[in-house]
Amino acid sequence: MKTAFKESIHAAVNNANLTGALGRFSEAYRVNRAKAYEGIDFEALRERIKAVKSSAAGQQEALCEAFKRNAEAKGAKVFRTADPAAVKAYILALAKEKGVKRVVKSKSMASEEIHLNKALEEAGIQVNETDLGEWIIQLAHQTPSHMVMPAIHMTKEEVTEIFNTEVESGQAPDIPKLVKFARAKLRPMFLGADMGISGANIAVAETGSLVIVTNEGNARLVTSLPRIHVAIVGIEKLVEHFKDIQPILQALPRSATAQLLTSYVSIITGQVPNTDGSPKELHIILMDNHRSDMAKDPKFKQALQCIRCASCLNVCPVFRLVGGHVFGKVYTGGIGTILTAWFDELKKSDDIQALCIQCGNCKEVCPGKIDIPELILELRRRLAVEQGQPLVQKAIFSVVNNRRLFHGMLRMAWLTQKPFKQGKFIRHLPMFLSDLTDFRSLPAIAEVPFRDQIKQIRQPKGKEKVAFYSGCLIDFSYPEMGEALVKVLNKAGIEVVFPDKQTCCGAPARYSGAYEVAAQNAQDNIDALLEEDVKYVVSACPTCTVALKQDFIGTFESLGMTDRLEKAQKLAAKAIDFSTLVKQLVDEKRLTFKEGKDLGAFTYHDSCHLKRTLKASEAPRELMRQAGYQLTEMAECDMCCGMGGSYSLKLPEISAPILERKLQNIKATHAPLTVMDCPGCVMQIRGGFDKEGAAIQVEHTAQRLVDRLE
Amino acid sequence: MNTLYDLFKARAEIASAEVHRFPDQGEALEFVLGLLREQGVAEGPQPGAVWAGRRLLEAPGVSFDVTREAAAGAKVGISEMDWALADTGTLVQDATAVEQRLVSTLPPIHVALVGTGQLLPDLAAMLDRIDPGKAGFIAMITGPSRTADIERVLTIGVHGPHRLVVVFVDQPERGNA
Repeated sequence: MKTAFKESIHAAVNNANLTGALGRFSEAYRVNRAKAYEGIDFEALRERIKAVKSSAAGQQEALCEAFKRNAEAKGAKVFRTADPAAVKAYILALAKEKGVKRVVKSKSMASEEIHLNKALEEAGIQVNETDLGEWIIQLAHQTPSHMVMPAIHMTKEEVTEIFNTEVESGQAPDIPKLVKFARAKLRPMFLGADMGISGANIAVAETGSLVIVTNEGNARLVTSLPRIHVAIVGIEKLVEHFKDIQPILQALPRSATAQLLTSYVSIITGQVPNTDGSPKELHIILMDNHRSDMAKDPKFKQALQCIRCASCLNVCPVFRLVGGHVFGKVYTGGIGTILTAWFDELKKSDDIQALCIQCGNCKEVCPGKIDIPELILELRRRLAVEQGQPLVQKAIFSVVNNRRLFHGMLRMAWLTQKPFKQGKFIRHLPMFLSDLTDFRSLPAIAEVPFRDQIKQIRQPKGKEKVAFYSGCLIDFSYPEMGEALVKVLNKAGIEVVFPDKQTCCGAPARYSGAYEVAAQNAQDNIDALLEEDVKYVVSACPTCTVALKQDFIGTFESLGMTDRLEKAQKLAAKAIDFSTLVKQLVDEKRLTFKEGKDLGAFTYHDSCHLKRTLKASEAPRELMRQAGYQLTEMAECDMCCGMGGSYSLKLPEISAPILERKLQNIKATHAPLTVMDCPGCVMQIRGGFDKEGAAIQVEHTAQRLVDRLE
Repeated sequence: MNTLYDLFKARAEIASAEVHRFPDQGEALEFVLGLLREQGVAEGPQPGAVWAGRRLLEAPGVSFDVTREAAAGAKVGISEMDWALADTGTLVQDATAVEQRLVSTLPPIHVALVGTGQLLPDLAAMLDRIDPGKAGFIAMITGPSRTADIERVLTIGVHGPHRLVVVFVDQPERGNA
């Protein structure tokens, strides 16, 4: 990671205005968005949008031609180009020909993408952005930090300062007055402009219509007052039918700003009259700029389902800490990372793709149903192929891929950690490793790993066997979690076997883009876990469970290793997470809880993979209730804790503040106990409380259930 | 129709619109006249109100000659809407005629008249009824102009009107008869 990039992160997370504004917004957004979608079947709605947009992406060429034909039949001029430079040249030539001196613009990300303002200004044309946020950042000589709210990173004081220095002195930091000031200053610009430039939210092929969505009313003025209207439209905005706009208009305002509909929606088809009665010149530029390349890529075609609502930014635990500018100059956040890699170039996404912690929040809310985390992993994989992995990472994975060496080294580590160990924690590490223990203690490595401990547990030798896939953390740091799991299942008469040849699940390699390493891990585990005929392969780590259930298959598919899929699917069908299996056993009355006892309050932290991939959020809560605990929900219970596997080692400056927020939310419940189903989250959250000296217990669900079952 | 109206009113009010309903056109126009008087549209040297479309009302300070200068100088713009969408509190209009857009965008107050019978449940119902091949500029309006671009603080009235007054008329033609 480049130093300048690390510095931009450091500056952003230490900018209290920025993190405060974004933090408050993201908290409110979650609630307001849910309210805006009340009574709407979001899953059905986004299936419709996906269908409409994906069908359009599959027939881009035909839709472009149909749009051109139909818009031109209504008097528009349509210019198609793949090249951003040609867009600028077209507009400059038009401006010259028509004697355009002044331009007003409504918000257009496509124009940001090609840096149009700069080109116009260099040609001596006055350009005014009219969306308030865009105008502010134009005056401040900045770029938008958010696709929907370009100036969200600024305080009213900063805005006042910009108005005072760039427009007219004497303004006070009073928001309604600042807005009034903007209205008064921009009104003459609208009335005096020769050309209006807009984007479009949707373009309809069968009618040649443009759909433009705004709240301020600026787009209505931009498209009504100047005698020439130029619309710059990325070709991913095309839909086939007029009726296709309905699901998009239903979702866009709800997802973008939690509104049922924006104040204004304008549907423009062909030439309309100017205020002097003449027909308005309408020029529509259909811009490709690698969008057709994306459509041809089987993985990335789905990114064209984006409707630019920016909800992936609004729910991202990283975005709300660092804001948009860390991501780059145009498109920001999760989808922005992907668009930057395509519209700009793959290597521009090298640093920013690493910001993704893979929590999956964005995938859940995306109205285009885009698997953003998966696409970011795919970028990571392609970057690793193109540029190679960093040396240190390479060395680590060569160890991980050698099971015997890896396990041997972990045992060795138990000896070398001794100088740093205090009880069950490592609280400080020397020199360049100190970042890792700055904000949370790390767990010490266990003297006897679980793979050896399990041999000492006397188990019922029954007919029913379940294989335990422990994952590295339980095996080497938290064997007590493994022990609890075995004892719980023993109570149902199940014998737990531990296939000795199991190794790392490959998540660290996969999430670093090293798919070949992950594939080797997958194959080793598949061989080990299918060796004995068991009913289930249970794991008490959600990330491992997801690896067994989905990622092994995904990795093989990505690498074209189709011959390995059959066995991977066989394993996937057997894989199950601890709480889901136990809940099943309780429902079948194979496990019963001891007589009622009030064990006090607990709060539950939803681990990312358990909640959003495995969809198991109720089972652990219900089991804890039946065990005798009372649930007090925390705020943002399913927000990532900042662990993200190796993420917390690569980007501790982001992991730490995410954890800090989680700890605060837990403390606010006043519950003395926090329970979760992931040893990684336990490591992060328990380590955080240890560092603070807080007396809150942090445990895996298995540890709290074991003594409460008959 | 009452159910649709109630839903429209609730949703439009969430979007900061003012919603009124009258049994006939006469009463509705009385209400508009009252609003025009209150705004003092007859007091300036230029007409204080611009009205696009049918001449439903002659009153001092009201001009039916809608130019950009007249609209930019007026306090109140008045127009008639084609539909009202209940579930989002949205007004819809074929605004191909530029006068329709001027009166609903430039003055600080927009008064929108619409027949109660023009209420539709939602956007889908409207899209079935309108043809973009015939209407070059379909305008949908939900509440007044708004922004939250500074510190996410909702502020009403940026480039468009800061007040949207919706006037439903149950029997629009009786006043004319």
